[in-house]
This record gives sequence, structure tokens and C-alpha cells, in this order.
Amino acid sequence: MDFSAFLDGFGVVTQPGNLLYCLIGVVVGMLIGVLPGLGPAATMAILLPVVYSAHDPVAAIIMLAGIYYGAQYGGTITSVLLRIPGEASSVVTVFDGFALAKQGKAGTALGIAAIGSFIGATISIIGLTLLGPLVAEFALDFGPPEYAALALLGVLLVATIGNGNTVKALAAAAIGLLLATVGSDSFTSADRFTFGSLNLEDGIDFVVVAMGLFGVGEILYNLEERHGKPHVPAAIANIWPSRKDLKEAGPAIGRGSFIGFVLGVLPGGGAVMASLAAYAAEKRVAKDPSRFGRGAIEGVAGPESANNAAATSSFIPLLTIGIPANASMAMLYAALLVVGVTPGPQLIDERPDLFWGVVNSMYIGNLILLLLSIPLVGIFVRILRVRPAILAPITALITILGVYTIRNSVFDIFLMIFFGVVGYLMKKFGFEPGPMVLAFVLGSLIESSFRRSMLIFEGDATGFVTRPISGAILAFVVLVIASPLIKRAFRRKTPATDTTPETVQREDSLR
Amino acid sequence: MSETQPRPAPGADQGASDVEHEHDILAEIKAEVAQDLADERPPAGGPAYQVASALFVLLVGLAGAWLAYGYGIGSLRRPGPGLWPFIVSCLIVVLAVVLLVVGRHLDDTEKFTRSSLLVAVGAATFVALGFLLPVVGFEIPAVLLGIVWLRFLGGESWRSTIVISVLTTAAFYGLFLYALSVPLPHLIAL
Repeated sequence: MDFSAFLDGFGVVTQPGNLLYCLIGVVVGMLIGVLPGLGPAATMAILLPVVYSAHDPVAAIIMLAGIYYGAQYGGTITSVLLRIPGEASSVVTVFDGFALAKQGKAGTALGIAAIGSFIGATISIIGLTLLGPLVAEFALDFGPPEYAALALLGVLLVATIGNGNTVKALAAAAIGLLLATVGSDSFTSADRFTFGSLNLEDGIDFVVVAMGLFGVGEILYNLEERHGKPHVPAAIANIWPSRKDLKEAGPAIGRGSFIGFVLGVLPGGGAVMASLAAYAAEKRVAKDPSRFGRGAIEGVAGPESANNAAATSSFIPLLTIGIPANASMAMLYAALLVVGVTPGPQLIDERPDLFWGVVNSMYIGNLILLLLSIPLVGIFVRILRVRPAILAPITALITILGVYTIRNSVFDIFLMIFFGVVGYLMKKFGFEPGPMVLAFVLGSLIESSFRRSMLIFEGDATGFVTRPISGAILAFVVLVIASPLIKRAFRRKTPATDTTPETVQREDSLR
Repeated sequence: MSETQPRPAPGADQGASDVEHEHDILAEIKAEVAQDLADERPPAGGPAYQVASALFVLLVGLAGAWLAYGYGIGSLRRPGPGLWPFIVSCLIVVLAVVLLVVGRHLDDTEKFTRSSLLVAVGAATFVALGFLLPVVGFEIPAVLLGIVWLRFLGGESWRSTIVISVLTTAAFYGLFLYALSVPLPHLIAL
């Protein structure tokens, strides 16, 4: 590792402007984490235009990154206090967090969650700091076939591991790939799917698509189920956990951090998967699993450490290989492209200021978040009193005016609205927009790598399989496709275990 | 909720291929959570919704394949502009057919209800703002959008509606025109 570049990274972060953007990012992240409704990917999408107008692109990237990991902290608060997960990755925290809150230990739950989040994230950043450069060096040898296979694997994993029906997610991803081909072909400059429109000649801007599918789509979707009243949370006290609490939660934080780090690196993994896996792991190792769902502190500590560790380690594939591991990372990928940086293994050598600036901003951002979520948690709890109806038009205006400022183009506004309606309809019909956006962002990379590979292989597609790295990746692709089928075949033989009694029990304990 | 909102899909439990040993508990938790969240949403749409969406996907695939074929497939040695979109479109067609066959009884859709009209109104205000922005600047349409969303979609009182709409618009005026100095069409020159 180039140690001086690492130290220079701290120089980048501590510039006042960058520190300010880092602060804005984590506060916004924390806010949207607290407020049910917009998720981190949607918020990052809505704020993408900032990247165009920020005086320093590194600052804008630092801010967007802060939104993502900040949201993991904020999501905990509503899970514990209101039994409403602010973020999908805090969903399992609801079980034990809310149970603790009912016993008057909301402060303890929030305190442990914040400490676990901080430790999980910090361990993960250290892992990123040490591992990132190694992965990047390894990936420098990748040629077009490897990239085609890797990007394909990324899309596939996001589609299969994400929530929702796999076939639908794959269909959404495939349509995303098709959308990416709109515009003039970069090899032959023939127009494709433009229908004679000059506006479409340059292709559809992924920023507009993302703002539409994620931003406008979610704003519209939330309109349909507006909870009229604000939720008034209970007062919280004793935010600093006792030594006994810490001792109980310690091992869970360690395990959660490890699980989160590993799952976060895998494409499609990310924070949601990690928090679920960590909860499952805690329940499994516990001497008395029946405590879970009734206020086990490990049930808060494990998942919260894991989702933060995962949120952080999911930066690894993006910053070192150039493959976004989840929808939020796809937004960061888009932001990097906007500022003229192609994420990939060369990033660390060509733009060390950006690489280390962003990585090191996470050390500082997490420190800020720890401060925000322990001494200042009361302020964020008060924000819950703001009615959702007030926030909706403000986000709507930010989105419309934001997309206009990218190119001063009214066409972009209408294109975004179109994709917003598409995003809303997708959600209504059970299709997740995430895989579509990810596939769309990666689409041109996959196509150009595929076509370059075909030129290298002189039309012989078996070349993908015979090159060792791309072959290995493709073997993994096959495994991903085949595993649900194999699993299903096995499941037919073993009778399904009946899980109802326990579910009912937990439901009761939550009331 | 974010892009990864859990849904009560029967296929959801197929995903956890990387943590196979955790699989049972994971599936169990996911189902619980999905049920918890589903309580707040409208009821599932049923087979008609599933078939309609699958047919739409099929249509996209067929149209894509047909158009891509027209752009020139070329050969594997010299791929034409249409080859890649053609491959992708064929994939879409296959997936749509699979959905038609196996997806009929999924319960991951949501019925359109009366409150879906709110969404239509919301989308209409977006479009109206898009038309008015270049003509009269952003201030008046922004205030109007605020009024519609706060008063009619959100049920706020008239007083808070007016105050919030005007303040928000003023804040955006300052943010976009001064702090970020982006050329947004505006009526009031300060």
C-alpha cells in the first residue's frame, strides 16, 4: 500500500470544504434514515445533480458516500422507537430493538446500536484500506472478457439475491440492459431505438433514469400510503450503555462486523442481507434463543454492526474493480462517471486524491455519526414529529429543479417523469427498480466489453470460458443460476418445517 | 423504503445462496418482516396483474428483438449494431414467457385503489411544472405544486400550506440561484 497516498487522503478530507460536504452527507443520510420513505439509493439519485454543480467533484462524491453509510445509522432510530424500520437494513432491529424500548430500555438499544455501527463500520474501513489496493492490483490484469463476465455476474447477483421474485428481477435487469443500448452505437455510430429523436441520440442519461426510477418513483409510491399523523416517539433516557450491556453486546458486535464485511463485498449482498444474516447468526449461537424477539441486546448489536460493516465494504468492488455491488453503489458509480472518472482498478493510481479522499472520509464521517447518534440523538428523534406530507413536495421540487439544472433541459424533466411513472408501476406490479438501474448503469460496459471480446476471440465465444479468470467468473454465474433450481429439487424431498408457532409468538411479543 | 424493500414473494427465499447454512432462519425472518411491512400496503393484485405485466415484458422483448434485427445483427466475428440488443431482447422474451407460465399466482403486486388517484395527480403536477418552467420561471409553478401537494394530497391546513410553499420556493431561489449559481428560469430578478 502506498502509505503517503493514504496520508494525503486525510489531507484531502480535512480541507474545510470537503469536511463540510462530508458533514452534510452524513446528516442527510441520517435524516433520510430516520424518516421512513426515501431510501439511500433514492436520495443519492435525487442529489446526483449536485455532482455537476459542486466546485470540487471529490467533495460531492464524499457527500454521496456519506448519505449511504449515514442512512444505516438513522434507520435504527425508528426501528427501535416506533417499530417502523427507517431503512430496509434495519428491519431485523425492529424485533429486539422495539422490545427493549417497550421495557424502557430504548436508550440502551440506541446506544449499543450506535457503538456497534461505529465499530462495524470502522473495522470495515480498515479492511477496505488494507484490501482495496490489493484487489485493485489484481484486477489490473482484467481484459474485456473478464469485465463482461464480472459485470454480468454483478447484475445477476443483484437480481437474484435482492428481494422479490427472481424472474421478475432478471426481467427488469434485462430491460435495463436494453435501455442502455438506446442512442448511437459507439462502435458503428448507427442509431438504435432513437425513433428519430435528437434528444435520444446521445443515449439516455443514467442520471435522469436513476432520478426517475428511484427518486420520482418512490415519491409517487409514497403518496399512495401517506400516514396522516406523525409518530410521536417515547422519551429516551440512558443512551450510554452500561458496562454489562457492552459486555453482552461485544461478541455480537464482533461477529456482526465480520459477517457484514464479508457479505458487503459480494455483489448483491449489501447491508440488508448482512443484517438478516447477522441476526440469524446471533440467534444460532445464543444459549437461549427464545430471548430473541423479547429484547435481546445481541439482536440489536449484531445486525446493526453488520449493516454498517456491509455498507462500508460494498465500496470495495466499486472503487477497486469498478463494479457496483448494489443500487446505492450504482448511484456512486454514476456520480463518478459524471465527474469524468471511470471507476476501476486504475482509479487508485490515477486519482489517489479521490480514492483515499473518499475512503478516509469514512473514518471521519463515522466519527461524526457516532457523535450525532449518541449525544445528539434527541434532535433526530424530534424530526420524527415532522409530518411526511410536508416533506413530500420539498423532495419533489428538489428532484424536478435538480434534473433541469443538469443540462438546462426540459426534455430531461419529462424523461425523468416518464421513468418515475415506470418506477411506480414497477413497484405496483412487483418488479424492483434496483436491478434495472444497476443493469442500465453497467449496460454499456457489458456491451462494449462483450463486443471487444468477440473481436479479440475472432468470433469464437468459447474464448470466454477458456480464459482462466473470465472462465472462473462465468462458472460462478452458472452456479448462481443453478443454485435455486438445485435447492428446489432438494426441498421437494424434505418436508417443509413448520415455523408458524414461533412466528406467532414473536408477533405477540412485539405488541 | 429503499430499493431493497422486502416483499412477501415466494421466490424471496431462493436468494440466500451465499449463506446457505443460515438459510432456514433467514427465510423465516424474511417472511416475518415481509408480513409486517405488507400490513401497510394495499392488497395483492392477483393473476390478472401478473399476466398483464408478463405480457408487457413480452411485448418489450418482441419489439426490441424486431427493431434490433433491423439494425443489423452482423456476425459473431464482426458484431453489428443490432447483435447485442437482439441477444438481450431474446433474453427478455424468454423471461417473459417464464413469468407467464410460473408467475400467475405470485402475490407481489398491489391493487390500484382510490388512493392511486393521488399518484396520478402528483405525476400531473410534475408534468405541469415541466411545461410551465421555461414559460413563466420556476417560482409560480413551484408554489402551485406546493399548494397542491400540501393542501390536496397531504391534507395540511391552508395556513401551513401557504407558509411552507412560499418558504420552500424562497429557499430554493436562494439555493439554486445564489449558493449553487445555476441558471434556473426565474421571474423575480433580485
